[in-house]
Amino acid sequence: MNGVQHALELDTRTSLLDALREHLQLTGTKKGCDHGQCGACTVIVDGRRINACLTLAVMHDGDSVTTVEGLGSPDDMHAMQAAFVKHDGYQCGYCTPGQICSAVAVLDEIKAGIPSHVTQDLTAPVQVSEIELRERMSGNICRCGAYSNIVEAITEIARRPA
Amino acid sequence: MKAFTYERARTPAEAAAAARVEGAKFIAGGTNLLDLMKLQIEAPAHLIDINGLGLDTIEETEEGGLRVGALVRNTDLAADQRVRRDYGVLSRALLAGASGQLRNKATTAGNLLQRTRCPYFYDTNQPCNKREPGSGCSALGGFSRQHAVVGGSDACIATHPSDMAVAMRALDVTVETVRPDGKTRSIPIADFHKLPGDTPHIETALERGELITAVILPKPVGGKQIYRKVRDRASYAFALVSVAAIVQPDGTGRVAVGGVAHKPWRIEAAEADLPKGAKSVAAALFADARPTEQNQFKLTLAERSIGAVLAEAKG
Ligand SMILES: Cc1cc2nc3c(=O)[nH]c(=O)nc-3n(C[C@H](O)[C@H](O)[C@H](O)COP(=O)(O)OP(=O)(O)OC[C@H]3O[C@@H](n4cnc5c(N)ncnc54)[C@H](O)[C@@H]3O)c2cc1C
Ligand code: SF4
Repeated sequence: MNGVQHALELDTRTSLLDALREHLQLTGTKKGCDHGQCGACTVIVDGRRINACLTLAVMHDGDSVTTVEGLGSPDDMHAMQAAFVKHDGYQCGYCTPGQICSAVAVLDEIKAGIPSHVTQDLTAPVQVSEIELRERMSGNICRCGAYSNIVEAITEIARRPA
Repeated sequence: MKAFTYERARTPAEAAAAARVEGAKFIAGGTNLLDLMKLQIEAPAHLIDINGLGLDTIEETEEGGLRVGALVRNTDLAADQRVRRDYGVLSRALLAGASGQLRNKATTAGNLLQRTRCPYFYDTNQPCNKREPGSGCSALGGFSRQHAVVGGSDACIATHPSDMAVAMRALDVTVETVRPDGKTRSIPIADFHKLPGDTPHIETALERGELITAVILPKPVGGKQIYRKVRDRASYAFALVSVAAIVQPDGTGRVAVGGVAHKPWRIEAAEADLPKGAKSVAAALFADARPTEQNQFKLTLAERSIGAVLAEAKG
């Protein structure tokens, strides 16, 4: 978990999300709908973003999980976290950890050439564009409607030379 | 969620044998099963985790097609270069479904077996023949905007929500399985999903404990491959109507329609009318339609969607 190994004994019913929040006190990852519809619980498991609410903790024995706490801390923010602050990519902040984990993974998905619903040509390399980012971030709902600032934040990081 | 025991199976045969027990269920991505378990619509006593079976590869078959392992994630299937090149309709259908997070978990077999999104099926306070056989159907006479317009019955008018399955029907894939006694079989996709009839709780040809091991894509058929999904939002919503089409340069081809029936809706005979245009094709596809007042718009929507797809195919 964020680079640290933990041994947990859990009820088989425990979701990965509840394991994070209730057993490891990693409360950055949020519980929104608990049914995979809102994206507030997005975490990165073995390099891929998933909804932590729709997976069982026991199914992740040995996996490596990154949460928003693992990306950066208030004193040492991840570039994506800093960009969200700079562009005001939130209001209440509840969906933000999920948005940030998703955003980091989205840029990796584009780099890996994974197409999306709005990719024009399935056989050509995938380009970063506003419409690509909007489509790829559609699994993260923001009820404050900070979407346009979120897209600006992600765009800044996407355009920054690695 | 009801309590359950959990095991990790190591081989397909071991998984199928373990599933012989009453109340046992496989868990793959878990994105549909856990959702339903939280609502106690599904309440398995035992879960068999099939993620470690090694069924997560896409291999070329001797016939020139692809063998897609049951555990291949929707993201990986959609992104596979061979699928993007030769089975574009499948990539497109997958990418039109769910969200990036869900597609990273959702598997090929789990997607085929996902259950309906009928709101009454999800609401345990309402009668539903699919959830509780014999209790009645709340959608008949209730809110039925999303429901089936064709192939339904007096017991159930639910639709199958998968996008992927609609493309697979157009591609005529085959589903490979292994049963608890170790026997394997191949089920053509046309026979895989059932119409509701009097038994809407029986949704597929699978027997108890039967494990899907792979989906076989036949040799590529070429043509322009298009998936058009019409929904209430531009992204992250289930289809009201979707069309999976493969159109050849001479105007012949295949069309399967999603969002209109308990299974992907394809009638091979209707495809003879493809060169004549959408009106003829839709008339043949929906000759036996029995829409409700609230969902009859789907018939017009389906015809226009087929029209749009045919126009796009002509380029
Ligand atoms: C918010 C939300 C939006 C969605 N939107 C869409 C959409 O727009 N379009 C769309 O098509 N889908 C959509 N989905 C559904 C999603 O595609 C399915 O949940 C997913 O494909 C199921 O796959 P899984 O591997 O997670 O299945 P699981 O949940 O693991 O399993 C589903 C069922 O299949 C059985 N099963 C799994 N693997 C096997 C096997 N190998 N052999 C036999 N039985 C097996 C399980 O026992 C279970 O009954 C959405 C889901 C959510 C939560
Ligand atoms: S349409 Fe089918 S799933 Fe919906 S309430 Fe009726 S029986 Fe249940």
